[in-house]
Amino acid sequence: MKIMNCPLNGSRNITEFICAGDVRAAETDGGDAALARSIYLEENLAGVVYEWWMHVPSAYWFVAQRDTRTDTILRTLSVEAFEALQAAS
Amino acid sequence: MPLALLREGLKRERTPWRIIPPTPPLKSAYDVVIVGGGGHGLAAAYYLAKEHGITDIAVLEKSYLGSGGTGRNTAIVRSNYLTPEGVRFYDASMKLWRSLSNDLGINVMYTPRGHLTLAHTDATIRTSRWRAEVNKHLGVESELIFRDEIARICPQIDLSLDVRYPVLGALYHPPGAIAHHDTVAWGYAMRAAQRGAEIHQGTEVTGFDVNGERVTHVHTNRGTVRANRVLMAVAGNSSSVARMVDLLLPIKTVPLQACVSEPLKPVLDAIVVSASLHVYISQTARGEFVMGGATDPYGLYSTRSTLDFPETLFAEMIELFPFLHNVRMMRQWAGLSDITPDFSPVMGLTPLRNFYIDAGWGTWGFKATPISGWTMAECVATGEQPELIEAFRLDRFERFALVGERGAASVGH
Repeated sequence: MKIMNCPLNGSRNITEFICAGDVRAAETDGGDAALARSIYLEENLAGVVYEWWMHVPSAYWFVAQRDTRTDTILRTLSVEAFEALQAAS
Repeated sequence: MPLALLREGLKRERTPWRIIPPTPPLKSAYDVVIVGGGGHGLAAAYYLAKEHGITDIAVLEKSYLGSGGTGRNTAIVRSNYLTPEGVRFYDASMKLWRSLSNDLGINVMYTPRGHLTLAHTDATIRTSRWRAEVNKHLGVESELIFRDEIARICPQIDLSLDVRYPVLGALYHPPGAIAHHDTVAWGYAMRAAQRGAEIHQGTEVTGFDVNGERVTHVHTNRGTVRANRVLMAVAGNSSSVARMVDLLLPIKTVPLQACVSEPLKPVLDAIVVSASLHVYISQTARGEFVMGGATDPYGLYSTRSTLDFPETLFAEMIELFPFLHNVRMMRQWAGLSDITPDFSPVMGLTPLRNFYIDAGWGTWGFKATPISGWTMAECVATGEQPELIEAFRLDRFERFALVGERGAASVGH
């Protein structure tokens, strides 16, 4: 089984989690076309990405850094830790 | 034939017949450059040459022909979809499939078997009836059947009621078929090459030069070529190739795993699918059971195999077919599916005037090989979107005009 390290619950089987897609800025500039693009278009990057994940039994949301070429989870961060990381960079 | 075999076998030096000619040197310019040497790209090359008289074509494949989704799918061919746009499109493909072996002069082993999509809940019965009615309205053989008829058509299924998900009914699609997927790619490649198209294996596209609204050059690991028109048909790698021309696609790349059992004598004629249990199975001509499940739960570009896959697959499969319990699994593999938000493909024109796209084939691409080649050839030759694929345009997402195809397999809806 593949293990994911949840910032709240510790190491768990990855089947306990769902992936909710890339971390990205919300679409705010209005307009239907811009909204459609933000809903449907995907970066779908082959490389290192930050994604929203949730531990389903505890409904705990966090951010995971993954390499989509190798199926490696590089690290997992609580939302606070991720925001601190963003602010620092 | 036996005499020829003897004669050739005794020759000291003999050159075996090659279906696909060796990769020639790259020319400096081509009328049409097709990126991706899978079934779709090769079929487009063939129909461009045969139907439109365009033969100055280079098919560029980074690995070997059919090394992606073409050689990794479970080879099921059917047209019992849900949306009228989908049914019409896939049924046009079925018409090409029926004569494909004759057309290509190579046996693609197209074999109608009958296709059962099992329903375990009232909701699935309702969707099955809906699908059957849409299918029949458009002239596709399809019927909602119940337990008595399932027992007659496929007595191998365990129809007992004391299981976790008893079978209540099924969508029965008699024309559902299987074919040999590699041969389809080889057949199209062979005939396209005979008509003048060049097939370049081991040729990876690394970038494009774009001037205004046109692609002018294609860069590869073997040099740069000028291109009048470019068609990309690269399935799981669509987002990466489209990014080279600054296009963002409505596609997520997700692995889909499959496996085959050891070969058995012929016992299962029908192709059986259960969307609720996330399993599908068919028996090949050489006796192996080809089995697959749902796509992996998160996006990935790796074709690694997991243990989760056979574990969950067989738990459900053995409930449906208890006789499989002591049959051994022989091989397991994965392919990359380019999944769209509405489970319909992305085909035809793009914002660039001479760059055409054939992508978003998710878990439904193999059956569409002939018709996608046919329609994309027409699109590239005329520069206009063919009527049959009008609904699958890339810009449908900007107009919120999605084609919600809930008849697609292997994906959660």
